[in-house]
Amino acid sequence: MCLGIPGRILEIGQAEGVARSGRVDFNGIVKDVSLAFVPDAGVGDYVVVHVGFAIARVDEAEASRVFRYIDEIGELKELEDEGR
Amino acid sequence: MRFVDEYRDPDAAAEVATAIGRITTRPWTIMEVCGGQTHAIVRFGIDQLLPKEITLVHGPGCPVCVTPVALIDAAIDIASRENVVFCSFGDMLRVPGSSRDLLAVKALGGDVRIVYSPLDALALARRQPANQVVFFAVGFETTAPANAMAVYRAKREGVDNFSIVVAHVLVPPAMASILASPGNRVQGFLAAGHVCAVMGYTEYEPLARRFGVPIVVTGFEPLDVLQGVYLCVKQLEEGRAEVENQYARAVRREGNVQAQAMVQEIFEVAGRTWRGIGDIPGSGLALRERYASYDALQRFPFREPTLSPETECIAGEILLGGKTPTDCPAFGARCTPERPLGAPMVSSEGACAAYYRYRGRSAPTRV
Repeated sequence: MCLGIPGRILEIGQAEGVARSGRVDFNGIVKDVSLAFVPDAGVGDYVVVHVGFAIARVDEAEASRVFRYIDEIGELKELEDEGR
Repeated sequence: MRFVDEYRDPDAAAEVATAIGRITTRPWTIMEVCGGQTHAIVRFGIDQLLPKEITLVHGPGCPVCVTPVALIDAAIDIASRENVVFCSFGDMLRVPGSSRDLLAVKALGGDVRIVYSPLDALALARRQPANQVVFFAVGFETTAPANAMAVYRAKREGVDNFSIVVAHVLVPPAMASILASPGNRVQGFLAAGHVCAVMGYTEYEPLARRFGVPIVVTGFEPLDVLQGVYLCVKQLEEGRAEVENQYARAVRREGNVQAQAMVQEIFEVAGRTWRGIGDIPGSGLALRERYASYDALQRFPFREPTLSPETECIAGEILLGGKTPTDCPAFGARCTPERPLGAPMVSSEGACAAYYRYRGRSAPTRV
C-alpha cells in the first residue's frame, strides 16, 4: 500500500498549486503524476511516487551516502583484521 | 531502475550482513513496521542472511489487513447499490467481509473498479455525473495526502457525486500500543520509510525516549533494510535509544509539509478499531466537519449490522508480531491467496501472502 517508486520528471505542465502535475519516467514507462506536494522539484529531478502523487524529491547526495557508509563498514573490518 | 537496482547488490548486502554479525553479541528482536518491508525481507531472504541472534518480527503495517470487518461490510453494502460506481485499490477486493467480499459484488454485476490513484476515481465522477462514485480511502499516512487531495479537489471543482469511505490509520499510536502491551518482545523498530517521507520523524522521538527503543527510519530495498538493521543493532548493543534516519534520500526530519497541510485541511485524528487488534485511541483519521458531505458512510447509511464471523484466522497475533504465518494451522491449507480466511493472506503487504508467495507452504528455515 505504501509502495513508492522512484521516477525522473520529464516535463512539468502549466497548472500550479494543487493542480501542478508532470510526466514522470519510470525506466521507460511514462505516467502523469501530481507534483502538488513537491513544489521545489524540477525537470530532471527524481521523485518518489505513490498512488499517482510525488511525495518526496530524491536527494542524490543522500542516495550515495548509503554506499559510502557500507564502504566504511568494510574498512572498519579491514582495520580490525589488521589489528589481530 | 535508478535508486532501485543499486540497492539490490548482493555483494554489498552480504557485506552489511557480515558487519551485523560482527557487532551482535546477544539476541535482539526487531520489528519492521511496514508490510512493504516485510515483503522485501521475505522475497530477498534478508532474514536468512542475518545472524541467528537477530529475530525480525513483522508489524501491523498493512492497512488492508487492519481495516475492520464493519467497514468492509459497509463498503460491500454501498458497492451493491444501483447507480454506484465503487472504486478501490486492488488489494481490497478479496478481503473477506462478514459474508462476502467486493469481488463477489462485482461478480453479481456491481460496478466495482480497481483504480491506481484516488484522482482516477475523481476523474470518473466528472465523466459520470449521473452516478455516485465512491472511493475506498484505505491507507497509512503515506496515502492520506493523495486521498485528501481528491476530496479537496472534488469540493473546489463542485464534483458532488464523489465521496469516500475513510479507512485511514496512523502508525505511531500502533507502535506505542505494541510497546505498551504486556507481552511485548520488540526491542527496536525499523520505521516505515514512506510514512516518514510524508510525516517526518519527530513523532517517533518521544516514543524512543519513553519506551527506550531505537527507531530507525528505513527504506524498502534489501540494502536499506540491512543497513536499518545494522543501525538498530548498533544502538541496542551500545545501549542507545534514538531515532535515526537510514532513508535520508527520501525522508527529511520535518517530512513533506505541503502534504501534511493537505491532510490537516481535510482530516482530523480520530479513534479507530484495527481488525484483529482492537481499539487504539487516536490511531485513525476522519473527515473534518466541513468536508462531512464527502463521507460515503453518511451519504449511504449502512443497513445491515455486522456479525463477527467465526474464524480460525490469527491475524491479530501476526499483526502484533506475536506469531509468524507458519505458526497458523490454517496457513497454506485452509487459507490460501485464492481462498483467504483473513486479510494478511490477501494484501500485497500481508505477511501471510509474502510467506505463501516466496516460501511456499513450508516453514522458513534459517541458513
